[in-house]
Amino acid sequence: MSEFDQSKIRNFCIVAHIDHGKSTLADRMIETTGVLTSREMQNQVLDNMDIERERGITIKSQAVRMVYKAKDGEEYVFNMIDTPGHVDFGYEVSRSLAACDGAILVVDATQGVEAQTLANVYLALDHDLDVFPVINKIDLPSARPDEVKEEIEDVIGIEAHDAPLVSAKLGTGIEDVLEAVVHRIPAPTGDANKPLKALIFDSVYDSYRGVIVFVRVRDGVLKKGMTAKCMASGASWEVVEVGYFGPGQFIPCDELSAGSVGYFTASIKNIQDARVGDTVTDALNPCEEALPGYKKVMPMVYCGLYPADTARYPELRDALEKLQLNDASLFYEPETSQALGFGFRAGFLGLLHLEVIQERLEREYNLDLVTTAPGVVYKVHKTDGTVFDLTNPANLPDPAEIEFMEEPIVNGEIMVTTDYVGSIMQLCQERRGRYISTEYIEATRAVLKYELPLNEIIYDFFDALKSRSRGYASFDYEIKGYEQSTLVKLDILINHEQVDALSFIVHKDGAYDRGRKMCEKLKGEIPRHLFEIPIQAAIGGKVIARETVKAMRKDVLAKCYGGDISRKRKLLEKQKEGKKKMRQIGSVEIPQQAFLSVLKLDEGN
Amino acid sequence: MTSLGIYIHIPFCIQKCLYCDFLSFPEGRQQQALYFDALKKEIESAADECGDYEVVSVFFGGGTPTSVEPQFIAEIMDILKARYNLSADAEITIECNPGTADFDALKLYHESGINRLSIGLQSAKDEELQRLGRIHNLSQFEECFKNARAAGFDNINVDMMSALPGQSLEDWKSNLEFVCKLDPKPEHISAYSLIIEEGTPFYQIYGDEAEQLEKSGDTTNVASENVYLPLPDEETERVMYRLTKAILAENGYHRYEISNYATKGFECLHNKRYWQGGDYIGFGLGAASLMRAERFHNTADFQKYLKCLSLDKNVSDDFRPESIREDIEKLDVKSRMEEFMFLGLRMICGVSVEEFKKRFDREIDEVYGDVINELVSDGLMIREGDSIRLIDKGLDISNYCMAEFLL
Repeated sequence: MSEFDQSKIRNFCIVAHIDHGKSTLADRMIETTGVLTSREMQNQVLDNMDIERERGITIKSQAVRMVYKAKDGEEYVFNMIDTPGHVDFGYEVSRSLAACDGAILVVDATQGVEAQTLANVYLALDHDLDVFPVINKIDLPSARPDEVKEEIEDVIGIEAHDAPLVSAKLGTGIEDVLEAVVHRIPAPTGDANKPLKALIFDSVYDSYRGVIVFVRVRDGVLKKGMTAKCMASGASWEVVEVGYFGPGQFIPCDELSAGSVGYFTASIKNIQDARVGDTVTDALNPCEEALPGYKKVMPMVYCGLYPADTARYPELRDALEKLQLNDASLFYEPETSQALGFGFRAGFLGLLHLEVIQERLEREYNLDLVTTAPGVVYKVHKTDGTVFDLTNPANLPDPAEIEFMEEPIVNGEIMVTTDYVGSIMQLCQERRGRYISTEYIEATRAVLKYELPLNEIIYDFFDALKSRSRGYASFDYEIKGYEQSTLVKLDILINHEQVDALSFIVHKDGAYDRGRKMCEKLKGEIPRHLFEIPIQAAIGGKVIARETVKAMRKDVLAKCYGGDISRKRKLLEKQKEGKKKMRQIGSVEIPQQAFLSVLKLDEGN
Repeated sequence: MTSLGIYIHIPFCIQKCLYCDFLSFPEGRQQQALYFDALKKEIESAADECGDYEVVSVFFGGGTPTSVEPQFIAEIMDILKARYNLSADAEITIECNPGTADFDALKLYHESGINRLSIGLQSAKDEELQRLGRIHNLSQFEECFKNARAAGFDNINVDMMSALPGQSLEDWKSNLEFVCKLDPKPEHISAYSLIIEEGTPFYQIYGDEAEQLEKSGDTTNVASENVYLPLPDEETERVMYRLTKAILAENGYHRYEISNYATKGFECLHNKRYWQGGDYIGFGLGAASLMRAERFHNTADFQKYLKCLSLDKNVSDDFRPESIREDIEKLDVKSRMEEFMFLGLRMICGVSVEEFKKRFDREIDEVYGDVINELVSDGLMIREGDSIRLIDKGLDISNYCMAEFLL
């Protein structure tokens, strides 16, 4: 591949509110630049994980390179970098943006500017990206492109009068977008003669080549054969291959020079050595200082992961090992539970990250999992003066040994239309939020700032936020630090036996309510036995809530004649199968579903 | 010669009851005539296949077999007598709903060789009958019963249904007492509690309630906006069951299966065959069979059934019963042992240790020892000499017990 003039390179991303057509536009651009035939196009080329496609969200950032012959007769190289769209991956988003020079803002011609649009634009502007708008879905009868243009200028303050009008669905106006990329997004600046300085914005693990590191080269040249070094981790390797991103494939080339976006491999075994945000340089001729902004992301949410079938523990271990190859922010260590047997305590960036990993384990590795209630990392100050991080409620020492405890607090920013300010404030109050301020960006839009305990937002805060604002609120948070708090461990006793996997840490004031909800939920999940089963929630030795599963009185098929026998067999088999999936706690059999159901206490209540 | 039971399905009724999930529908005479032509052909074609069997029971079930022209039934009987080794003392039952058979019809059935009548009464209260969507009232039953006796039936079953919407213990008690006071009283009583089956109108009304009852034993969590009468709660339903046993025992009936009661010598041979693993063949739409360790059933598709049994006389030889059979399942030893247990335990006399050994050439304890011991120690089952059986508490939760016997 011949060397490209830096002035002919455009590195950009697309930002949009969910459903405004970001992925579709990306697909059309890839199609139009002719790298792929329509036939090869899967519906959405960029999102290639099943989970992403099903949920319509982008989890891992990806990049693709296109070659576009512009109207001025010149060929341009476009590197389009896709960004994950969730707050759990905020750091990855910021690194993806840092790899770009500009951004396309997609706005739905029928919906106009929405909360998330604004948040995303500000994020892009924070990274000094040049942003230009594109009005999508102009084919819809309710499209109002002129109004939307005005809205963009008024609300966001970027010029929109000549914004390309497109229908990504029908493929109209795509050429205009490509031309605008050429003219409105700046070419990268950077000096190919300086020592190598490249930003890692993503990485994936390949079982043959090791870690494939995605980089944006700022200065210098990244070449095959050179010794590359990560400045934060200190690891260095000989570069085996460099290349760029074809759609869905890696295309090797000789070198990547300043301004380029591409990848390299270097038989890197451990993804932790080449983390997102780190700076790659030439080990023999290093640059003076690393690119700004590197931080090691720490797991914020922990939960226990257990195989439903205890015999499959080794498979779960192998699967986690493989997932970690690709995911530097996934943490896990073995643990055992009396109720659930052998499993792992795993740490995640947030609840979505947890769900994604859980789904991947179930889908890609065919594992049935039992997950315990997610919790955050608490700092336990003991009376002997020592402090330790508590990730598993079961490890909480005797209250007599605890001086005090601290919990993580976040600075939360909620952007919401004024109609919903009241209900969102109420939600934050319910979640022990501490009100900081309200700022009005315009007459109808406000940013609420709250300090919130992390353990109050990891369960279902996003769902609650969405449902109370009809989807208009967007939420962003960053860890503020730890604060002392009155926390207690709530234990669940089933038939008078404590079930370790159901214990969790909760603020004292919320303990009664949660305990009651847990008992109610469990009552609905635990099948009736031959005897009555009390379900109790307790703090220390004190029972604060109780429900009872009545003894089984009747389980009989009144009629069973010649034509009913096959059906009867199926019924019994189902019953037997259900029993197999139960965990024995003392003399009580608890379905795995019970462990999962307590994760979603607010549903339907 | 191995014994065989024959089931013949008549999928017609005047009107579908609100709780019924059987394969039946109201059809005109013309469709019925077509059906019987097909049915006769099926029965004739299978005669050779059944040549090495002695037929010891026949059961006309439905639908309402007595809702069709009695002559159709008599013609089937003629074929059975002519083409099958019908045992001289075979038990031959027809199901009947009050209001569908007059004296002449009943007489014709009896003369054709049918010797047992099963009458669907369900309730002795007109308002309850109406709520169930039954087509008859109590006086029609009384007339039917009287006619049946007069026509010569000396083996009569009456079907009764408990746990009806709005039914109290007293209601149920008086229903049973009504049946016991019939003179001469029926030889056999089937007493079921109402099951809310999916796909029935009752399911729409009571589905949630029934599910809740099953899960927690009460319906306190179900919104009681239902304008319909509520189902009795689990406790009441169980008391009804026990009451049934007590009242019927006082009146000379012994319980021999979960829902069946008989006077001495009048247990239903045909139904016992199902629970004891005897061979049976089903004729007609959707009818199920167990023959030579194979379970299968006929198609439930009316048009397909008629088509396969094409009435074209010229191709009559081409019909193979296999063409309408579906879900053929060969039972292996494991399945047969499981069925031996979970069907056998429906009967109050339970299963025989000897019989198990005879059939499978293995000791029952070798296969099920642990399960039996556990159920015995839980007070659900007892073991007496050759017999292993569920006791009342075990019968109440028989599904739970039976599931344990799946290997």
